[in-house]
Amino acid sequence: MKNTELLTIRSGDTGMPYEWSIGKYGSRFFREIREHQRFLGIRCPGCGKVRVPPRRLCGPCFRELDELVELSDTGIITAFSVVNYPFIDPDTGLQRPIPYTYGYIRIDGSDNIFSHIINETDESRIKVGMKVRAVFRKPEEMEGNIRDIRYFEIIR
Amino acid sequence: MEKAAIVGIGQTKYERRKSGEIYYDLVYEVTTRAMEDAGYTLDDIGDVITVSNDFWDGRTISCMAVQEAAGAHDKNVSTVEGDGTLGALYGLMRVLGGSGTTLIVAHSKGSEGDPRVITNAMFDPVYHRSLGLDAVSSSALQASAYMSRYGVTEEQCALVSVKNHKNAKNNPFAQLPMDITVADVMKSRKIADPLKLLDCSPVSDGAAAIIIADEKHARKARKKPVWIKGAAHCADAYFLGDRNLAEAASLREAAKKAYAMAGIGNPAKEIDVAELYDAFGYMELMWLEGLGFCDPGGGAGMTESGKTAMGGPIPVNPSGGVLSAHAVLAAGLARIAEAVLQLRGEAGSRQVDGARTSLAHGINGPCGQSHCVWVLGKD
Amino acid sequence: MARRVAIVGTGQTHHKSHRLDVNGREMIHEAVTRALEDCELTINDVDAIVIGNMDHFESINCVDTWSVEGSGGVMKPILKVSTGGTTGTSVAIAAYYHVASGLFDRVLAIGWEKNSESDTTGAIITCSDPIWDRFSYSGAIPSLATEASAYMKQYGATQKDAARVAVRDRTHALNNPYAQMYNRPISIEDVMESAMLAYPIKLLDVCPRSDGACAVVFAAEEIAGKISPRPAWFKSCAARHTTTWFGDVDYDTGLLSLQRAAREAFDKAGIRSPADDLDVAELYLPYSYAGLKWIEALGFCGPGEGPRFIWDGNTDMGGKIPMNPSGGVISTNCIGATALLRVAEAALQVMGKGGKRQVPDVKNALATGFGGCWWSDVVVLSKDRPS
Ligand SMILES: [Zn+2]
Repeated sequence: MKNTELLTIRSGDTGMPYEWSIGKYGSRFFREIREHQRFLGIRCPGCGKVRVPPRRLCGPCFRELDELVELSDTGIITAFSVVNYPFIDPDTGLQRPIPYTYGYIRIDGSDNIFSHIINETDESRIKVGMKVRAVFRKPEEMEGNIRDIRYFEIIR
Repeated sequence: MEKAAIVGIGQTKYERRKSGEIYYDLVYEVTTRAMEDAGYTLDDIGDVITVSNDFWDGRTISCMAVQEAAGAHDKNVSTVEGDGTLGALYGLMRVLGGSGTTLIVAHSKGSEGDPRVITNAMFDPVYHRSLGLDAVSSSALQASAYMSRYGVTEEQCALVSVKNHKNAKNNPFAQLPMDITVADVMKSRKIADPLKLLDCSPVSDGAAAIIIADEKHARKARKKPVWIKGAAHCADAYFLGDRNLAEAASLREAAKKAYAMAGIGNPAKEIDVAELYDAFGYMELMWLEGLGFCDPGGGAGMTESGKTAMGGPIPVNPSGGVLSAHAVLAAGLARIAEAVLQLRGEAGSRQVDGARTSLAHGINGPCGQSHCVWVLGKD
Repeated sequence: MARRVAIVGTGQTHHKSHRLDVNGREMIHEAVTRALEDCELTINDVDAIVIGNMDHFESINCVDTWSVEGSGGVMKPILKVSTGGTTGTSVAIAAYYHVASGLFDRVLAIGWEKNSESDTTGAIITCSDPIWDRFSYSGAIPSLATEASAYMKQYGATQKDAARVAVRDRTHALNNPYAQMYNRPISIEDVMESAMLAYPIKLLDVCPRSDGACAVVFAAEEIAGKISPRPAWFKSCAARHTTTWFGDVDYDTGLLSLQRAAREAFDKAGIRSPADDLDVAELYLPYSYAGLKWIEALGFCGPGEGPRFIWDGNTDMGGKIPMNPSGGVISTNCIGATALLRVAEAALQVMGKGGKRQVPDVKNALATGFGGCWWSDVVVLSKDRPS
């Protein structure tokens, strides 16, 4: 077995398509974005927390939620990361363009974090605590998915 | 084995496409149903085992999406990736290991991914995957091997579809209740010879949950407990060419062990009703043999004589079986849930009169490579 | 009543970045063979198998049935447990319950991964919610970076403090010939000068990607002593997966899942003061900052005291509570095997088989797993048979 050339095979571009349901709560969220360009949260009557995006249950309280809360289109950066390493984006099968800034944003009036991208990749110009505003697609171009929010921009 | 019982069950209706609901919704629905059925609150639940599969869900660590909906926020939780019967087995281990009670919940939405691509990924990437083998074409190979080994005809295999779709008319959860004839099966579209459309189970969305409890906790449940008499699993070799595809050797082994635990000497006599994983019509015939309900090659004759029909000595798949609803992973838990309903006498118009001992069965891997057998008892 | 259970044998591969000389099944077989040799059993003695990995790293569906020729599972009971980074500890806990339940006497636990076979970050991204998070998510590093930034801001911890953790683990790996980073020590300067991946995480702050497998043999109380003169008793375990949504994680508090899992496992094991009552810890620390913050969640020191505790040498070999004598996750990360390696290494310490990496007189050892949406598993092993 010595001097055996070790081979590998490539899977090729095996597309693995899915069609995921967004569900009632998420669908309402995207409708609100399309119609009013603002975020929608949901309040738990047990612990009082407002979470974005809205979901059916509060995990810690394990109770069903129905109190939707209209929020604005602004928030604050609670954390961010300028991503510099290359990787394959499973959504496209291509390398995701870098650098880009991954942001943890607390939408005003909510108690948890909404993840999205921030259109600033210069680390010296971005700080935790900065106020940001969502920039949306034009309503007629919206598709009912996360890309309807193009990015968040810093309000300077 | 110390005493343990199934005290709660929950199922969704199985449908081709639940477009409005996400996995989380399905899991929450059956979790709350199982707790209501048991008369339990979340405080009565010890551990939680979720069952999911990253390929079917299109998500790595697929359990991440559902555990909150299973009430697992502050509980000891884990995940089995495989058929629901295997998840239930781990749940049973948790109960026997001291958890008191364990909730097991399985979900799947076959409608969201591409079952061909997903099941093609079960095959070896070096030797078999590029041949295009998937769950259907590999099963067609197995059907061919089985039928030629024992001289079973396509018409005999079709009898299983006719029986099970008819039974499904009595099951409000079933996806495909149908009155069909052998001729209908025979003239349905060829999918992969010898399998035709009506020999195959459908693509389904759905979820199922059960709650297992030890003797002490079972007493707190609202309904009469259904006792677990035996449960065992076993896997055959991987490469199809390394197996005798016409025999279910690993099923025979799992059944032998489950029967020994349950003290069953003559399964055909002592088991009153069985819910089997009939992903294809021929499979039910093979599993009848593997479970020792008849001799090897005897599955077709047993079915022809009506022994497995409602009213026969051992009705098989009164629910309509997997042929009538195939939410992968949840399908095995559904078999257990149906076997529980039969022993409680709550199976409605699909009730088998006087059932005292029932059997539930699940499979994993290509062509029933791995099997899990459960024997349940009323006493 | 649950039966007592002990670990009687362990085996692992020599972990490398690329194992082109073996396929997955063959690599699994190496670890299984070594574990069986370690306890002088044959595959015929094994009653059942639990296996785990993460599907999309190798793109193999139904790994339990795919693996049987390598795992020894032909005509045996086998099932798959998969929980993300925690897979290895989850597999160990499942093997424990196989035996504790009374259903099986000798059970083989296997964790494995061939991370070289796919784009690891691309595969990890698919763990994020396809509706909400996948579009912006870029793998584990930025969320860990977020946690690190919050911790630094809260307690004034520095990049150098974290570098000290990375240096400790890589120094310990000098004693572990199985580690991928065996004999590749680094200095604090090396860490500080390594490439910034996502502030404040630099290349040498994070784990590598590895190909490797680990196998551990569990046995029932009646036979454990006959198989091994000094088995590692499985004293307690606990798991918590407190969040389902990425955005619900609160970075300002400690790691909630680990706090809760540790509290339960320590209560059950009678561990009152972790730093005093435990003798060695093999922790799933995928990046250096976890070695500051998560040891607080485990109660080794108070909130914000992690850096001081580390600089004082408490966690070095010869310290009060040596951490990661194996070199830890920063020296080897074959993801589905990683947490099981923590259990195996903790067992080696209890069994006195640690070789050059042995901590003297280990009575109680801790192993942890981390994964999921901030999922934590905790396992306590002991020289003493549980009462
Ligand atoms: Zn709440």
